[in-house]
Amino acid sequence: MLRLRAVAPYAVALLASGLLFLVFRVSPVQASAVVAEGAAGDRFAVARTLLKTTPLLLCGLGMVVAWRAGVYNIGGEGQLLAGAVLGAIVFQAGGAFAGAATPWLFVLIGGLGGALWASIAGWLQAYRGVPAVISTILLNFVILQLLLWLVNGPLQDPSLGVPLSRRLPDVAMLPRLDRQSDLHAGVLIGFLAAPALWLVLYRTFWGLDVRFAGANPEAARANRRPVRWIQLGSMALSGFLCGTAGGVEYAGSLGQIGSGLSQNWGFLAIPVALLGGLDPLGVVVSALVFGGLYAGSDNLMRFTPAGSALVTAFQAVALLAFVATRAELRRREGSAT
Amino acid sequence: MIESLAAVAMFATPTALAAIGETVGQRSGVLNIGLEGTMLLSAFAAAMVALWSGNPWLGLLSGGLAGLVLAALVGLLCVARDADQVVVGTGLNLLALGLTGAWFRSLFGQSGKLFTVPTLPKVGFWDPVSVATPLLALAVLWLLQRTYWGLTLRAAGENPVAVEAAGRSVPRYRWLGLMVSGGLAGLGGAHLSLVVSGTFAENMTSGRGFVALAMVTFGRWSPIGACAACLLIGYLESLQFSLQAAGKGVPQELLLALPYAVSLLALAFVGRGVRSPAALAAPYRRTK
Repeated sequence: MLRLRAVAPYAVALLASGLLFLVFRVSPVQASAVVAEGAAGDRFAVARTLLKTTPLLLCGLGMVVAWRAGVYNIGGEGQLLAGAVLGAIVFQAGGAFAGAATPWLFVLIGGLGGALWASIAGWLQAYRGVPAVISTILLNFVILQLLLWLVNGPLQDPSLGVPLSRRLPDVAMLPRLDRQSDLHAGVLIGFLAAPALWLVLYRTFWGLDVRFAGANPEAARANRRPVRWIQLGSMALSGFLCGTAGGVEYAGSLGQIGSGLSQNWGFLAIPVALLGGLDPLGVVVSALVFGGLYAGSDNLMRFTPAGSALVTAFQAVALLAFVATRAELRRREGSAT
Repeated sequence: MIESLAAVAMFATPTALAAIGETVGQRSGVLNIGLEGTMLLSAFAAAMVALWSGNPWLGLLSGGLAGLVLAALVGLLCVARDADQVVVGTGLNLLALGLTGAWFRSLFGQSGKLFTVPTLPKVGFWDPVSVATPLLALAVLWLLQRTYWGLTLRAAGENPVAVEAAGRSVPRYRWLGLMVSGGLAGLGGAHLSLVVSGTFAENMTSGRGFVALAMVTFGRWSPIGACAACLLIGYLESLQFSLQAAGKGVPQELLLALPYAVSLLALAFVGRGVRSPAALAAPYRRTK
């Protein structure tokens, strides 16, 4: 019975999102076949999947730590952008200042940028009573416009006529793991961060505080846990993880920033985190699933011009069906007792 | 002068409609984070219906209907069941983004095509919806503060147990609040595509739903306050065009960021000390 309860929401989610494909007159069976081919058909497909998994995974982990603390961070997108923007500013000012260590520093700088950006929302929630669910999303739009202004002005590469920043030299890019595909060492970061976050959440005192403050803030306050500091800290760590994703995208895949810096990764990471059960290890699985879906969605265009937008809708239907099934099960349980 | 005033009102209207509706929704205890998605899907529905029927009024109507349908979805999950309102709202935003993107690309091709929809007629510089919005805010204020219905609705958001003790149904009032929120957000989305822009583009709401949420707080959960707060946003939005036309050297991107930055600042200053409905976003389960 317990097993059924755990599996049922996922089964319903899969079924409901399969129906969505029928609405768009795409055969779910055919669609899964082409998506699977595009996601895991050959080494290039696998590389593509891993590259799309990485930002989803890092931002998904960021969502986990904030949401578990009871802070609804829905601004992973802005924190990702903030991380990459700070990296590009540092590069503009200092160049590839640290030789072979430079790309790794860009990842770290990205994390710092994200942490700073998220801390604004964390501070607003903890000390000014502004819910993060509103402030984080407003901050997304502010940083996006800031980014566009920077790449149209101060950070624009003068040799290009387009709004893009100067390109990182090869030495400042994360090392490639594979001669043929674009796979870079940045993908390792997400897979290392997941168990690390698991340890922090479940094996440290601070992690206990985070879960305590999220599960029952009143009880946490009554036990003299510094709930505000915990919220602020979890927001900063959340932003750090999302910003790291920005740093990895910048120094790993793109090498420059522009309007196409993120394909909504920070936003799409929310359903990834929720479907992963807000558990760091569960998020690894769900990030891989959705990373694969996005990697394979290019192939979908053979059937419908809807392409990746259809995957977004798929993700939303899966999330809503998942949440609905869980709520329904909870209610039945409640009426049984 | 009148023309620029009308422009401010026009830019303010989509956000104001959504904020007035959401004020009612939040007073009943439901936080509808899906406002953004509701506006987006309604803008799409309104644009498509207006395009095919050639009648912008039909478009406006279907925008409102689309808003009601999405609110019903939230109601099924968050009022009839006790799902987390933030999670469901986020899912709704994602759903609207994905569905409108997928439909838009299916209909108009991968890159999207520019098209113009028949817009609502204007009297002088004024479109009828912009003129009706402040009147609507007054009517909603009266409903909330001067009717028994409004009293009960507010009680559902402040102290739901008391509502039940009085023999009234908390879910019913929350459903009503949610429907007002969804329906008005739908009309706001429709106004955006039918009047403000006269077309549809992917993700065209660009955060207006979230700004509306912020304005509900800034307006201190009063429909008039929300409406006034949105006028400020409308003014900032209209600046993008007037300053650009005047050739002042302000970068366009920074002007575009202004409504969001000002919303944030406003919240930072009034956020604390303003009391939100006590039972806001708390799912209600009947006591037995």
